[in-house]
Amino acid sequence: MRMKTLELSVGLFMLMGFASLAVLALQVSGLSWAPEKGSYTLYANFENIGGLTERSKVTVAGVTVGRVVNITLNKETFSGVVEMAINADYDNFTADTTAAILTAGLLGEKYIGLISGADEELLEDGAMIEDTQSALVLEDLIGQFLFNKVNE
Amino acid sequence: MIARLRMIGRSGLNVLQILGRSGVFVAMSLFGVPNLRRALPLFIKQLYAVGVLSLPIIVVSGLFIGMVLSLQGYTILVDYGSEQAVGQMLALSLVRELGPVVTALLFAGRAGSSLTAEIGLMKATEQITSLEMLGIDPLRYVIAPRLLAGFIAMPLLVMIFNVVGVWGGYLVAVDWLGVYDGSFWSNMQNSTDFYSDVMNGVIKSIVFAFAVSWIAVFQGYDSVPTSEGIGRATTKTVVYSSLAVLGLDFILTAVMFGDF
Amino acid sequence: MSDMAKQNDNIVEVRGLCFARGDRVIFDNASFDFPRGKITAIMGPSGTGKTTLLRLISGQIKPDAGRILVNGQNVPELTRNELYEMRRTMGMLFQSGALFTDRSVYENVAFPLREHTNLPESMIRDIVLMKLQAVGLRGARNMMPSELSGGMTRRAALARTIALDPDMIMYDEPFAGQDPIAMGVLMQLIKLLNQALSLTSLVVSHDIHETASIADKLYIISEGDVIGEGTPKDLMKSESPLVRQFMQGLPDGPVPFHYPAQDYEDDMLGGES
Repeated sequence: MRMKTLELSVGLFMLMGFASLAVLALQVSGLSWAPEKGSYTLYANFENIGGLTERSKVTVAGVTVGRVVNITLNKETFSGVVEMAINADYDNFTADTTAAILTAGLLGEKYIGLISGADEELLEDGAMIEDTQSALVLEDLIGQFLFNKVNE
Repeated sequence: MIARLRMIGRSGLNVLQILGRSGVFVAMSLFGVPNLRRALPLFIKQLYAVGVLSLPIIVVSGLFIGMVLSLQGYTILVDYGSEQAVGQMLALSLVRELGPVVTALLFAGRAGSSLTAEIGLMKATEQITSLEMLGIDPLRYVIAPRLLAGFIAMPLLVMIFNVVGVWGGYLVAVDWLGVYDGSFWSNMQNSTDFYSDVMNGVIKSIVFAFAVSWIAVFQGYDSVPTSEGIGRATTKTVVYSSLAVLGLDFILTAVMFGDF
Repeated sequence: MSDMAKQNDNIVEVRGLCFARGDRVIFDNASFDFPRGKITAIMGPSGTGKTTLLRLISGQIKPDAGRILVNGQNVPELTRNELYEMRRTMGMLFQSGALFTDRSVYENVAFPLREHTNLPESMIRDIVLMKLQAVGLRGARNMMPSELSGGMTRRAALARTIALDPDMIMYDEPFAGQDPIAMGVLMQLIKLLNQALSLTSLVVSHDIHETASIADKLYIISEGDVIGEGTPKDLMKSESPLVRQFMQGLPDGPVPFHYPAQDYEDDMLGGES
């Protein structure tokens, strides 16, 4: 085969490969064009984080505003400390914002939902959200149900 | 009993010897400054032989695997009312596992065995020795372009496989089975992370590319220069490559996706 | 060093060569002298290591002991780069020709020129055509190796071997399996090239008549030793039974017809396998 045709087909092949990578990036994994404008950190304490994992979403009114970056255990209070990276654009959360661990869809993917409050003070970088609602644990629910049943 | 132990010991030493030989072989093929003016055309020719000519089988396999995944996935998920998640399942299976592994296995069978046979035949017809006698290092001239072509072609093939697979799955799920177009893509995008899923898959494909190309090329070079020797060498290429890919896949998956 | 001083030298001198493959001893303290500018033949029964000797001389394999001096350099001691340099002055013609099957005859002959020199294409073309003319294949230059007959393949490979004008050419069984005409052609070529290009030729063969008719000096090796050395005429008149058997092609003699086995009568009556 002539060299020119060969080189052309190889070039085409490589183009296909890189184009595939681009498709995988954009269409399949939804990598967005907009650059990460920077984020700030908020913390929240939970009694039980349930199935929350790193990279879980943080949402307000269903809109994704950030991501869970780290989950650790507070050794004194034995509660779970969740570190969240919040998009710098959303910087007006009030000091009495609540954080709840909610379940998305039937497959049970956990995420954090924030509800803003009415306080005048705003949450700064590194602040701790006081008011939290832990994940609903199935065993507790069943226990509660049985308890209620017994009481009837 | 002692004789059996001795046999095991000897084959163990033999394996070490072969590993050592193949290590030296790769090192001598790749290190050192290549003469670009002469090396480039050889490399491009090999890239054609190993990459472009593998496209048909990769594309067709990708298409069918994507379609089957989508079909099977839908059948299982529809019982839970979660058929919208089929896109997510399809993309993750392909990008994390099936893309790199299946492509590597197909590559080993198609391109790997042809590399082994070609090099083995060159050895048997004394073309390798002729090169040496003409004062040309066969490792640089014959082996290195083929190794490098394998390293580059395979990851590209994996990505093409993945895209074709997703598209095939899309055809089945959305056009045939009626999954909603919007949720197919949005579920997929929400659950597939570029860095930890797609890029990890790419890393896997690079590791597999290295393993398969190395094995294929070494088996050819090390083959017994008879017709049955070459036949044995091609079989060894396919078997060893497949085992290596599957073993490495386990290790890489544990490291990348395990939660330890 | 003037050419005159080199005239009666040996281009290759082998001293005390010891080489064994596994348990088999192939060479046991053997010595050879290959005079410059002459055609020397190495002959012997199958499997005695004639081809191995060529490989030892060209540095493809290393001897267990001994020195192999090519133009004064001890081959086993050369580094990889020095070895490659030395090989450019040496040519080897393989039994199968070993042409590169993916290129035409022209490309095959041009290959060493392109790799080792920076000559422009026009000069390379001239040289390639000259070499092909010397072997009589100038008209076949665009044919692919698969289209050539056995004899033509060897001639093309020969053209490639002389492309860089080596000082010495080693021929590994050049006459094997050739028809009489092809054999005659090759014989003629070996002789002519040796003269015209002032080469030294080492021919490994077991075709006695052909080799003896062109060789200036013969070596007959067997069982790891040199059992005959001299001009073809001398060896024809040799007293040694092994040399006689070989030169005359007798089926039985020091190299026996029967592979060692037990007594015939015992074998037939015994009934064992």
